[in-house]
Amino acid sequence: MVLLSTDILIFLLLALAIGYALYARKHEHLRAPWSLVLRSKVGISCMVVLSFYILVGLLDSVHFHPTTKNGAPTGDVISLFDHLVTPLREQQEKTYSAPFAAHLYSKESIDLPDGGQIRGYPRLQWGGAHLEDPQQMRLADILSRTLAGAFEGLLIWLIIAAAFVARLASRESCSIGRLLHRLLDGRSEIPWHVMLYTLAIMLVLTFIALNLATHYHIMGTDKVGEDVFYQALKSIRTGLVIGTLTTLVMLPAAVLLGIMAGYFRGWVDDVIQYIYTTLSSIPGVLLIAAAILMLQVYMSNHADEFNSLVERADLRLLFLCLILGVTSWTGLCRLLRGEAMKLRETDYVQAATAFGVSHFTIITRHILPNVMHIVLISLVLDFSGLVLAEAVLSYVNIGVDPTMNSWGNMINSARMEMAREPVVWWSLVAALLFMFTLVLSANLFSDVVRDAFDPRLRQGK
Amino acid sequence: MSDLLLRVSNLKTVIGSGDSPVRVVDGLDLEIRRGETFTLLGESGCGKSMSALSIMRLLPMGGHIIDGTVELDGVDLLKLPEQEMRRVRGGRMAMIFQEPMTSLNPVMSVGKQIAESVQLHDNLRGAAITKRVVELLDDVGIPDPERRAQEYPHQLSGGMKQRVMIAMALAGRPELLIADEPTTALDVTIQAQVLELMGRLKREYGMAILQITHDLGVVAESSDHLAVMYAGQVVERASCRGFFNKPLHPYSQKLFDSLPTEQKRDRPLSVIKGTVPPLDSQFIGCRFADRCDHVFDRCRSEVPQWDLLSEGQGVRCHLYDQIDPKVGTLCLPTETVVEPCEQEKRDKPTLLSVSDLKVHFPIYKGLFKRTVGAVKAVDGLSLAIKEGRTLALVGESGCGKTTVGKAILQLIRPTAGSAKFDGDELTQLSRSALRTRRRDMQIIFQDPVSSMNPRMLVGDIVAEGMVAQSIGVDHADRQERVERLLEQVGLPVSAINRYPHEFSGGQRQRICIARALAVNPRLIICDEPTSALDVSVQAQILNLLKSLQSELGLSYLFITHNISVVAYLAHEVAVMYLGRIVEQGTVEEVLQTPAHPYTQALLSAVPVPDPERAKERIHLQGDMPSPAVPPVGCHFHPRCPQATDLCKQAYPDRVVLSDTHTVYCIHTER
Repeated sequence: MVLLSTDILIFLLLALAIGYALYARKHEHLRAPWSLVLRSKVGISCMVVLSFYILVGLLDSVHFHPTTKNGAPTGDVISLFDHLVTPLREQQEKTYSAPFAAHLYSKESIDLPDGGQIRGYPRLQWGGAHLEDPQQMRLADILSRTLAGAFEGLLIWLIIAAAFVARLASRESCSIGRLLHRLLDGRSEIPWHVMLYTLAIMLVLTFIALNLATHYHIMGTDKVGEDVFYQALKSIRTGLVIGTLTTLVMLPAAVLLGIMAGYFRGWVDDVIQYIYTTLSSIPGVLLIAAAILMLQVYMSNHADEFNSLVERADLRLLFLCLILGVTSWTGLCRLLRGEAMKLRETDYVQAATAFGVSHFTIITRHILPNVMHIVLISLVLDFSGLVLAEAVLSYVNIGVDPTMNSWGNMINSARMEMAREPVVWWSLVAALLFMFTLVLSANLFSDVVRDAFDPRLRQGK
Repeated sequence: MSDLLLRVSNLKTVIGSGDSPVRVVDGLDLEIRRGETFTLLGESGCGKSMSALSIMRLLPMGGHIIDGTVELDGVDLLKLPEQEMRRVRGGRMAMIFQEPMTSLNPVMSVGKQIAESVQLHDNLRGAAITKRVVELLDDVGIPDPERRAQEYPHQLSGGMKQRVMIAMALAGRPELLIADEPTTALDVTIQAQVLELMGRLKREYGMAILQITHDLGVVAESSDHLAVMYAGQVVERASCRGFFNKPLHPYSQKLFDSLPTEQKRDRPLSVIKGTVPPLDSQFIGCRFADRCDHVFDRCRSEVPQWDLLSEGQGVRCHLYDQIDPKVGTLCLPTETVVEPCEQEKRDKPTLLSVSDLKVHFPIYKGLFKRTVGAVKAVDGLSLAIKEGRTLALVGESGCGKTTVGKAILQLIRPTAGSAKFDGDELTQLSRSALRTRRRDMQIIFQDPVSSMNPRMLVGDIVAEGMVAQSIGVDHADRQERVERLLEQVGLPVSAINRYPHEFSGGQRQRICIARALAVNPRLIICDEPTSALDVSVQAQILNLLKSLQSELGLSYLFITHNISVVAYLAHEVAVMYLGRIVEQGTVEEVLQTPAHPYTQALLSAVPVPDPERAKERIHLQGDMPSPAVPPVGCHFHPRCPQATDLCKQAYPDRVVLSDTHTVYCIHTER
């Protein structure tokens, strides 16, 4: 077991999220908006999609040293996810190959069995290697594997759905037939049918991919022959880490300073306002570039302090989160200052002051719970922006470590590939596809969350 | 052309659909004649506003009319296509709303906003529009209309804005003006101006007015006919005079009984038990049955039908099914147990004495935030409260009443002056000493919704002060005390584990009172505690405050603008104008023989729920000046009917009329 610093923070975040969920269950004012989120069709299907991403991200966050066949640990660090998709990781080709290809993308001289040499497209080492005559059999093989994958996916889905419906029926104590009827008509309070349909789509896609990926490079390979599908999956963790840890880093500062500025006013307000006005007038990219370049210098001077490349890349990722956090807390801080200024004049804060309640208690008991909805909304809204920011920063080489898989790095390398003739398009498309799905569902989800938590919008309903 | 303008019959409006839609209007019948003012009277949640919106076909999302007809001059409005309806709205019918502050667009000059509606209805162009706008503004009594037309809403006072709203409504020369609580948000002196204006316009334009209000006083002042609404239905319909002579429905009678007046000082006000039933429930029998004192078996099993009694007076009550002698006996006031809850003792020790209190809010301007002046919210105010007594601080909005309350509690630090509580100078106390002192003084706010943290349980809210003041040994002890307090203010113990939003306005105010009582205060500052509540709920809260005073010997500083509450509750009265007290004395002295012209005007502007009592009304011109630049000399002289040149010279000295009665006016003779 190897604990990287981002792993620790991710599991800390997970613990916080679970803690919040347990707390929210018991408090009606927190439960009510979340149940509104559940009741929205968009909300619940986005949750399903996001949970697939989160699952991959979490599996990819449990790192350990793999053992060789004879049981001796190696120096490498791999994650549980790597372990699960070992074939993807290990089936490396020589260089570029197109999606589902059986041959390389570039001509090479091939040694013929009879000793002669011709120039041609050599067969891939892994992709489609099981086919004797790729020309003839490839399409049929892909189709049959797709069908098998779809069938497996549906089977698993049926099992899950049946278990779910049975549980729901026993909890609502009505017959399964009646419940099914209600679900299919869409008359259940929470749109479970939408959730189950989304789950079906996701499971079918997952199993098709699983079935095909072991025998083909379904999204091709990159310059050094690494599977692009694997890279895109590995990038999920990077995206999630950037999107969530950054907010976690900036949250304490933004919440504490924002509330203090709004509640105390006077010189406290002046100082805090001064800090964030100054900070937000420095261009964020400049600050990030300076910090990352400094870190690079540090790391190259102290190379021996890092046990592995993975650790090195991880530190850089964490540092990126920190510096992104430092540049992005001012917006939330400003919002919270305004809200705290409004709340300190409310009658219940005045009443508490009239009781002689201390400032600290007033802040924690009266102000903080009443601004939490803003914190939550901005947290969810920021997420997709940060995922995109990572892509942009990596593109200009001040993002994550070049050895680390990330959508930004994939897009960055695609810069050269797009200029090639013939064009290598699959890296870019794979990165965009995965990023697009994540950001779109996160955006839709954040819209639902905002609608549910914004008291002004809720009054209209 | 018939005399009858609007006839609504069997109008039914629901909000929402599905199994249990909310039936906000359930079978409304009414008739309005040309040139008359018809009033819909009722407490909040009775469907008054929804009735008006249904007539205008302006229902909010999810609301729809399911049955009935609305005939304006013989045309069924409900059958008109939307395009024609749009011409009727504003053209033949216009509407003004309760909140003039939010009904005007803040980034358009008022002239332009009126011009918009002028253009819609008159085929005018260019200068003709401007002329018509000025004419309209002049009609609604806005001085200097040419200049005012250029101004923006924020430059106008509340009363002015309401006049502008009326001018906009008049632009289409409507035959029917629907006024939804047009004066509720305004001060009494401004309310009197607006009511008088509406009466004048009604005569000049020959319109009919459908007025919606909850205020019996306003009804008596202005209407010809009225209908009392309860739970979506009209329960009584009568001419104004007939109604005030002899209200028939038990609900109407209760409304009268729950009004606080001076005559009822010695006994608790009569209250209507329970609350208005939810409108999505199925009604069997009379909707008022659960709250009625005269309920009998038939009320619960059979829906009362409409009974037409003499001269257009009708009632929906089983008691009047047969015209029987019961009618006579019914109108006797229901005598509750009379307990004299007050002993006349004047020589009690002084608990709080405030002298020369000043609260100035500096006005900053410019790049370096120089102080260029100050809003003198409270400017040299002195008062004293004796133990176990109630001092009412009366004044219009913006005169600094609330600031006085907060400054005494040191929630706002006063700029100068002293506030002595039981010998301690509050303004000089150290932070920790003040913190312990706070248990003796508590405050109850106007809005029971915003005065409780919506994220806390009622039990925690009530216990908050005890925790802060370390009253009670442990959690269990405090919990027990909370239960006792809730019982004391008449709430079920089960309230502890519920959230504030689960309670009605009156119940929430009770929770606030319980919270204040939790620390055993000796003085409670009540900042308009009943002005957000309905009359019947107000009666409950006033009763509670009164009984708590006699049980616990509390002192109250009662901040209010409601004179009838003062007459019912207070021992002494201080009248405030623009940050200063202009008159002070016992309640009899001030209310019976007001000496200051402002007090006289204020008292005469209060609408009295009795159309027979003709009153000499003193009209005040204009609005209260800004406390940033108070007028030189007597603050009141620009509006005072008795002002002379002498008044502009200097602020008048204190004139002592008796041991307790003082006034600041040079025209007063000793």
